[in-house]
Amino acid sequence: MIPLSTPNGMSRRHFMSHLAGASALAIPALTLTSSVRAAAETLRKNHKSAILLWMGGGPPTIDIWDLKPGAATGGPSQPMATAGNARISDKLPLVAKHMDKLSIVRSMSTREADHARGRYYMHTGYVPNPNIQHPSYGAVIAHEQESKVPDLEIPLFVSVGGASEGPGFLGMAYAPFQVDSNGRIRNLDMRIQEERLAQRFALLETIETRFISQRRGMAALDHAKVLQKTNSLLTSEQMQAFKVDSEPQQIKELYGNSGFGRGCMLARRLVEAGVPFVEVNMGGWDLHQNCFTSLDNKLPEMDKGMSALMEDLHQRGLLESTVVIWMGEFGRTPRINGNAGRDHFARAWSAVVGGGPIQGGLAIGETSADGSRVESQPFSSEDLMATVCQALDISLQTTFTSNNGRPMKIANGGQVITELFG
Amino acid sequence: MTTRKIFVVILLLAGSTPALAVTSSDRDVSLSAEGFGLRQVSEINRAVREGWQAAGISPSKAATDSEWCRRVYLDLVGRVPTVEELQVYTTEHDESKRANLVDRLLGDDYLEEYAGNWTTLWTNTLIGRTGGTGGSLAVRRGMQQYLRRAFQKNRSYDQMAEELVTATGSCMPGDSDFNGAANFLADKLDENGVQATAKTAEIFLGMAVGCTQCHNHPFNEYRQNQFWELNAFFRQTRLRREQATGANNRRYAVIVDRNFAGEGGDPSKAELYYELRNGKLKVAYPVFVNGTSLAEKYADRGEDFGDSGYLEDIHRRRELADLILSSDELPRAAVNRMWSHFLGYGFTKPVYDMGPHNPPTHPELLDYLAGEFRSSSFDLKELMRWIVLSEPYSLSSRMTRDNQSDDPNLGARPLFSHFYLRQMQAEQLYESLLTATEADESLPYDERESMKQRWLAQFNTAFGTDDNSESTTFNGSIPQALMMMNGDLVKNATACTPGSFLHDVATSSGLSNARRVEFLYQAALARKPSRDELVICNKLLAARGGNTPEALKDIWWALLNSNEFILIH
Repeated sequence: MIPLSTPNGMSRRHFMSHLAGASALAIPALTLTSSVRAAAETLRKNHKSAILLWMGGGPPTIDIWDLKPGAATGGPSQPMATAGNARISDKLPLVAKHMDKLSIVRSMSTREADHARGRYYMHTGYVPNPNIQHPSYGAVIAHEQESKVPDLEIPLFVSVGGASEGPGFLGMAYAPFQVDSNGRIRNLDMRIQEERLAQRFALLETIETRFISQRRGMAALDHAKVLQKTNSLLTSEQMQAFKVDSEPQQIKELYGNSGFGRGCMLARRLVEAGVPFVEVNMGGWDLHQNCFTSLDNKLPEMDKGMSALMEDLHQRGLLESTVVIWMGEFGRTPRINGNAGRDHFARAWSAVVGGGPIQGGLAIGETSADGSRVESQPFSSEDLMATVCQALDISLQTTFTSNNGRPMKIANGGQVITELFG
Repeated sequence: MTTRKIFVVILLLAGSTPALAVTSSDRDVSLSAEGFGLRQVSEINRAVREGWQAAGISPSKAATDSEWCRRVYLDLVGRVPTVEELQVYTTEHDESKRANLVDRLLGDDYLEEYAGNWTTLWTNTLIGRTGGTGGSLAVRRGMQQYLRRAFQKNRSYDQMAEELVTATGSCMPGDSDFNGAANFLADKLDENGVQATAKTAEIFLGMAVGCTQCHNHPFNEYRQNQFWELNAFFRQTRLRREQATGANNRRYAVIVDRNFAGEGGDPSKAELYYELRNGKLKVAYPVFVNGTSLAEKYADRGEDFGDSGYLEDIHRRRELADLILSSDELPRAAVNRMWSHFLGYGFTKPVYDMGPHNPPTHPELLDYLAGEFRSSSFDLKELMRWIVLSEPYSLSSRMTRDNQSDDPNLGARPLFSHFYLRQMQAEQLYESLLTATEADESLPYDERESMKQRWLAQFNTAFGTDDNSESTTFNGSIPQALMMMNGDLVKNATACTPGSFLHDVATSSGLSNARRVEFLYQAALARKPSRDELVICNKLLAARGGNTPEALKDIWWALLNSNEFILIH
């Protein structure tokens, strides 16, 4: 638990007392301010969280997790022994020390090799469908863990340094809360007295409620729910979790001075504060050109941030309750193109998982000698998602009712990768 | 609106009690049913009604005058109406008042705002919200300059399509070879113009071909060869990088045409190769999506250079533009996009994917409107007029028990039996707040535009991938709510500084507080306050110790933060 200090000139009970005054203004049917609760002495934590390290653009996993040193198109990375059974790129010496806690799924085989479609598919377990918006990992997990974190006042789903994917039919209340890796949040300063804010809210609630009651569609109610969440975080002491600057210097150095490193550090703080799902974005993997010179810059940054996260979670005893996932929308071709780049490739690639009950140190599945085919049981986005849900104690029997009234199974009925559970 | 005008309106409000929020009269509805004398409007009404009958549902009643007025201002000129504009419209008794308003909004009085709004919309379509920022080779201002002139002159849509597809020249305003249209392709020529191919097909042909680049897609009728045959038209198109001089020395593109040598060594038959999923290479020459190949087209004329890569033989992009302009897809895609802009959903979802695997909701109407659009010589204002004067556009967003199943948000295919609620775009919010607060009327266009761009930038995230994909946090999520509650734009709008709109309302003499509150409600929501709301407003006034300006700040803040303000209804 991080120590929660009180921001200047404000305490939650203080705020509450003013709200009591504001409530004399109106008796709204929908109580936007009802989410304001007394500060919890301690945040109850009986849930597991997940951190998704999202490699936007599609990382060349053939150069990172599943090397083909014998193949003509294997690239310059050399295999290196790790703390686990798998050998990985020699450009990741720090992560190698934590490979006893992480396992590689080398037999990912998917069909979507277009960025937008792949991003959607890997985040939701579903291919895009014009008539329905499926909820992404973060939204699903936020929705399922919500009841286990009743005292959480900050968003359930935070996306650091990138956009993630939307909440789909679960509604905007489960949308990713997007922040930069410095944890800076715009427009947080209220600039007016809490009492006055509460009074303004009394009128606002009345307008909202009137409009919602006029049966104009879901967007009206969604707006009110988001207002409620916004109001809740505005005065929350838990917002301290976003202040990465307050980390000790040695921890900052551990994560490294990069956007991804700071993002990983922020993810740890958020998970520690009880947030069920954090996505950390590292972009720039769309390496159609100069793949290998780019990797010389990107892999050290990734190595530092990812290893620091594993180390820090482990040290604090958080790894037992935190699942870590590393993936992008697809991998990249074994073939090296005319610009020394690798193109989009979904047929055979790797993802990495660890933490929680997931067994580390393994390499699941294998690809052909040139990396162009999966030669063992292939796994899909659905399977990976089912595996993560299982690791988070979310029942795979969970069914959502989508907005068109159809039942939809969590993780699209994917099969758990059983080898990962010992 | 000047201060003087405000007082005129205040007098109007203070005097008689005009019915500001009445439902359109029956007479008006019947004129609407007849299509205001426009056969295209009548046909829309007929076709959409046929859909209701077939589904056994009935439409919602008509939107109130104020709701319709607010809607049409937002959609045509990109902002909410001022109280004065609302007043003028709602007090007019002419039975063709709707047609009159549309004429005004599409006419000279609103030309600058109209052109500005459609420039914004089309800039976002052509180069995205992040085009021209970061490492982009496009110059946003250049794209906007081109579009603004085109919309000011109501340039025909086919001419715009041709200019955009064939553009050469510099993206940077001020260069001797400046051509703003060149910005469309500036960020799309990497990897042999894969994005130029995909976006041209999406925008001008309504064909989503992006995923067929790599393979025949199971859910898409288009085939991989069609993608690369279309791509062959862009192979003479090259990009030169230039560096701007001066303080802002960013790089930008100059689009040039060059002979294409082909990948097989013979420029007179310049082919390209693409890779099948099994790793085999296949050859492609320029063939349009309808199967017309340049080789055959020229063979029919007794010429053998249809596949030539030499510009003096064949200018491939001009050939492509000719094929696009004569295709049925061009007007269909434009009609679909336009319908979606006004009605919230297109005939297909998404609008840029109109292939045989994704049948439209109203196929005959789509074909009809496409034909009429072509017959009008691709007059965008005509197309807009038909849609906004139609019955589906006139309906209330309040669902009835009878038509609540018609909710595309719930996965249903839209029948347009009520108006679908949708959120304002960030640009519409910005313009609306400036309108409602008269914040920056004195600034010159460029300065005003760059302030707007800086404000908009806070919501945008580029994914940094080769398809230039991006997302916005102005999507109803928490960052948007925080901006509305605490951001500078709303803070300024509620500041009540002398000379501001709020200050004028607060300090004008001879106006009761009830009238002041009503004025704010009209400006933000285009309606009067309800009895309950007035009660709370009075309590707010008491809480502020009778200080009217302070209480009005609170009320204005609440109005701007409401769902009713941000949602177009």
